[in-house]
Amino acid sequence: MHRFVAARLLQAVAIVFLVGTLTFLLLQLAPGDPLSSTSSSLLVPRTVVEQQRRAFGLDRPILEQYVRYLGNLARGDFGYSYREHRPAWHAIRDRLPNTLLLAAAALVVTFGLGIGLGVAQGLRAGSRVDDVLSLVSLTVYSTPVFWLGIVLLLLFGETLRWLPVSGATDPVVYDQLSLLAQAWDRIRHLTLPAVTLGAIGAAATARFQRAAMLDVIRQDFIRTARAKGLAERTVVLRHALRNALLPVITLFGLAFPLLLGGTVLVETVFAWPGMGKLTVDAIHGRDYFVVTGAAVLAAVMVVLGNLLADILYRVLDPRTREAA
Amino acid sequence: MSRTLRLVWQDRRARVGLALVVLFALLAAFASVVASHDPTAQLDLVGKQYQPPSLAHPFGTDFYSRDLLSRVLHGARISLSIAVLSVAVSIVLGTAVGLAAGLAGGLVDQVLMRGVDGALAMPRLFLVLVVVALWEDIGVVGLVLILGLTSWFDTSRIVRAEVLSVKSRQFIAAARAVGLGLRGIVGRHLLPNIAGPIIVMATLGIGQMILLEAGLSYLGVGVRPPTPSWGQIIADGQQVLRTAPWVALFPGLAIVVTVLAFSLLGDGVRRALDPRSQ
Repeated sequence: MHRFVAARLLQAVAIVFLVGTLTFLLLQLAPGDPLSSTSSSLLVPRTVVEQQRRAFGLDRPILEQYVRYLGNLARGDFGYSYREHRPAWHAIRDRLPNTLLLAAAALVVTFGLGIGLGVAQGLRAGSRVDDVLSLVSLTVYSTPVFWLGIVLLLLFGETLRWLPVSGATDPVVYDQLSLLAQAWDRIRHLTLPAVTLGAIGAAATARFQRAAMLDVIRQDFIRTARAKGLAERTVVLRHALRNALLPVITLFGLAFPLLLGGTVLVETVFAWPGMGKLTVDAIHGRDYFVVTGAAVLAAVMVVLGNLLADILYRVLDPRTREAA
Repeated sequence: MSRTLRLVWQDRRARVGLALVVLFALLAAFASVVASHDPTAQLDLVGKQYQPPSLAHPFGTDFYSRDLLSRVLHGARISLSIAVLSVAVSIVLGTAVGLAAGLAGGLVDQVLMRGVDGALAMPRLFLVLVVVALWEDIGVVGLVLILGLTSWFDTSRIVRAEVLSVKSRQFIAAARAVGLGLRGIVGRHLLPNIAGPIIVMATLGIGQMILLEAGLSYLGVGVRPPTPSWGQIIADGQQVLRTAPWVALFPGLAIVVTVLAFSLLGDGVRRALDPRSQ
């Protein structure tokens, strides 16, 4: 097990290294350099531009710049945020907890709802209920996440006025609230974005879980369990579900890229002060290093998610322990 | 192949999907004939701003008094064209890399597939956002290229796996034995045998690409105004959600139905090719 984790960890580091290389390549291929707006200005003397290029190491050979860039990334130095006048990492760091909170809540919706629906459908495969639910989940899966957010916002925020529609906390009274009321305020703000982001994943999970359940329910050991006279409840929960959950764990790893991409859109819809909204604002404000930094960090999170899924899979399925 | 087509046609859901795809393709192709108005024409800035849906304007009008149905129809043309073309780019590239990795094996395979691992680690939207952030005005052609160039990774993986499983079969050995060259083997025996999964990936890929393009245009970094695209109309509509909800609702519905059509069709083709899955 230790060797397995070590090997996977090494692989993860290699992938992050590749991602760093990719962003460096993109930065190099892009027109201009971080100083092009300064150097094209007529008000800045040539000598100052040259001095700045030297100061930022832009006059060094490309290989040296590359090594330096990777070294900086490894130390968490993502470059400088021109909009916020501080290191890009600090700008990202301040928003990260909000994004993690949103993603975690969305994951709960994704797997709670998705697995529940999928199991219910798998047990009733071919029935009318199953058909309708399949169509519903396929429709949700075909829905743009930002539009789903807008529809929910219109319904539960603007029309019914049940839930707040923007931000992570109440902008006026939050600081005056008691601790308990603050938590409640946060939950109310979190609900719509998390349901929006989680619903799309739940639809995908339900489709996957239904197929996995169907695979298992036809196996001989299920027939044996039933023949032994076990209660249907026991057969489903102890025998079928336990085995049908395994393939879904792989989905846990796959869900991460979808989830992080989704945060960008959902955070924009609900003005959620997270990394995704920061990225979009940074693009419009030409704050490149925040964009590349957020992308690298997103990749790191995806790699960690996959690593976690791999390890979880191995812990839960004894058969894979011998193999790899 | 004709057997597969028959199976697809016998599948009710796939038939609905196919009919909708054809319908939307026709509407998009003949948008300028079908649409009652020019999608950028400002009909009457004073009197016709934010008209609710009516017989004259079935989807209502927007801030600039433009007819929304016409905008959604022309948006279909832009969104579908971008999706189809960028999926074409990604399928060609993914198939080429998958073939190269699967056939060459060894070091080439290792290098290509590890590169793909790295690219897959970055969420696609972030990858596209980095590119869009660095290259300022990319235009529609640039957008197609960027979308295509950043979405072939999983295609190449699947094609590689298919190549590996087909290449060890007897008929490939037989073809080689009768002296068929590499090009003949790939063209006559390998590609036809892995065409199925590629077609499924392309069909489902178009739906996902429509979603991605809509997301980018919603964020304001995809198709630029005044060219109408679905995501961008939704972004406009969000500003006036309370007073004129139809602006955001109709283009969204158009996206849902279109993507659903491609999903139904793609799933149908998959079921036809692999009777075991359901």
